[in-house]
Amino acid sequence: MSFRHFSTKVFRTIINTLLILIFFFPFYWMVVTSFKTLGATVLFPPELIPSSLQVQSYLDAFHAIPFLHFLVNSLIVTFSVLVLQTLTIVPAAYAFARYSFKGKRILFGIAMLSMMIPAQLTFLPLFIMFSKLGLINSYASLILPFASSAFGVFMLRQTFKQIPSELIEAARLDHASEFRMLCKIFLPFAKPTLVTLGMLAFISTWNDYFWPLVLTTSDAVRTLPVGIASLRNIESGIYYNTMMAGNIMLILPIIVVFLYAQKQIIRAFTYMGGK
Amino acid sequence: MLKEAIAISLMKKKNVSVAHDGIKLGKVWRMSKPYLFIAPAICIFLVFSIYPAISIVDLSFYHWNLVSPSKEFIGLGNYINLFHDPDFFQILRNTIFYTIGTVSISLSLSLLLAVYLKQDTQMNKILQRIIFSPYIVSLSSVAFLWMWLMNTDIGLLNYILSLLGIDKVDWLGNTSLALFSLVLISVWKTAGYNTLIILAALQTIPKYLYEAAALDHAGTICTFRKITLPLLSPTLFFLTIVDIISSFKVFETIQIMTDGGPQNATNTLVFAIYEYGFKFYKIGYASAIGVILLIIISIFTALYFRGLSHKVHYCG
Repeated sequence: MSFRHFSTKVFRTIINTLLILIFFFPFYWMVVTSFKTLGATVLFPPELIPSSLQVQSYLDAFHAIPFLHFLVNSLIVTFSVLVLQTLTIVPAAYAFARYSFKGKRILFGIAMLSMMIPAQLTFLPLFIMFSKLGLINSYASLILPFASSAFGVFMLRQTFKQIPSELIEAARLDHASEFRMLCKIFLPFAKPTLVTLGMLAFISTWNDYFWPLVLTTSDAVRTLPVGIASLRNIESGIYYNTMMAGNIMLILPIIVVFLYAQKQIIRAFTYMGGK
Repeated sequence: MLKEAIAISLMKKKNVSVAHDGIKLGKVWRMSKPYLFIAPAICIFLVFSIYPAISIVDLSFYHWNLVSPSKEFIGLGNYINLFHDPDFFQILRNTIFYTIGTVSISLSLSLLLAVYLKQDTQMNKILQRIIFSPYIVSLSSVAFLWMWLMNTDIGLLNYILSLLGIDKVDWLGNTSLALFSLVLISVWKTAGYNTLIILAALQTIPKYLYEAAALDHAGTICTFRKITLPLLSPTLFFLTIVDIISSFKVFETIQIMTDGGPQNATNTLVFAIYEYGFKFYKIGYASAIGVILLIIISIFTALYFRGLSHKVHYCG
């Protein structure tokens, strides 16, 4: 092994270790803290490898807030958004890809325009609108604004357009009904895009803190991220072990999904950024 | 020519089928079908996106405290107050500082990481996953995690600094440092995503260019400057704009970690809209800030699409 080769190897090892420390160690610290006793969390210098472990913080996090209630809310909101997005995106993308009709450009323009208006801008008028309708603290106020996705319509339309016309012609010759064509040709062809969009919708809805925070004033329909955040206000003092335990329970589903479908998720995000 | 022929034959086919089942009801159904398919999505966009964007402009001309039944029209009053408010300028400055800091550090770091992780080895693949993982974790969890890491007395970050012989740093309580601490967290969260996008773009650069450069005995830095960077520039341009837009929307870390403080040092546009709206009940004023944000985001979106059309021209 030449010296040059050796030094490159050493250099790479150092950089790799640094990268792992910077990007992974915080998560390790989160996990370790969650298993520490309250006394152990306030030690300085901190114990990098804890001398004793306990699961009490998880039980504390579970009982300090109505955890199950928030979890159920999160599940309801996330799955409603997923189902509604599928139901609104698929037909819209199909129509935009397959038909020509009057006003198509304007309607598509509306979709594209709405893609650029972020929730951070619309929350104030929508809060006013929902409170006029008496819908603050309702599932509707958390679900409906995300019941469709302009990005989804755009991506799926692009995919549908790539279906070879021979395939469609063949189906037409077989007198396949439109619904059959959608189920047998369009949806199977677009499966990767649909999975991608579904995953993006799941991750962003599950993780969303902003919208449930601004659109709710009570615990009734609050979702897990906001519920977990309220752990910092419990009684007196800050229980970092309990807070970390709560946050681990919040990010666990995302981590599981990520470990299960890393390739797909990474492709989904690069796909989104590349366009 | 061929295309036209096909188009005409397709048109004929269409006419034939229309003539075949010339029942009126079928025709109505055929005409309205696309609209029916699109209606649910478009209604949602109109009600929950387009309407509120227009509404926020309208609200910005009023003096209203959310509770009282009457809104008082004051024209540009809110904007005039805004431009006489030193707090607003600090908020704007903070947001711009945060954006420039996040975008420049995150992108230059990602560029280095992408070039470093370019080779397709097992280790690099693992590293890519690791640096990407913060990106998919909820921003609220990230905020809590870093609040703990940045704790002045018992935080891990200050422990590491103490090992290096550096005094304790008040990451979030120091007016001149707090905003930069938030920039660091944002870089930590977004660097992995930017790296992956740049990596994807790197893979599209044809290998023969590098082979040619090697034949010419071009150095690493020269190759990077003359080949890699120019061919990455469209990707870097898009990432810059996307990152700028998302940085202008920062909220979670501020709300959880600093509450806009100390002394307004970390207050930003979205947090200010939230605060003026829900804490001080100055809806018109909050909306005026919203309109400023809307204008900023529109400018960058327009730039994005300009770039997109140029890119298309370039390729076509």
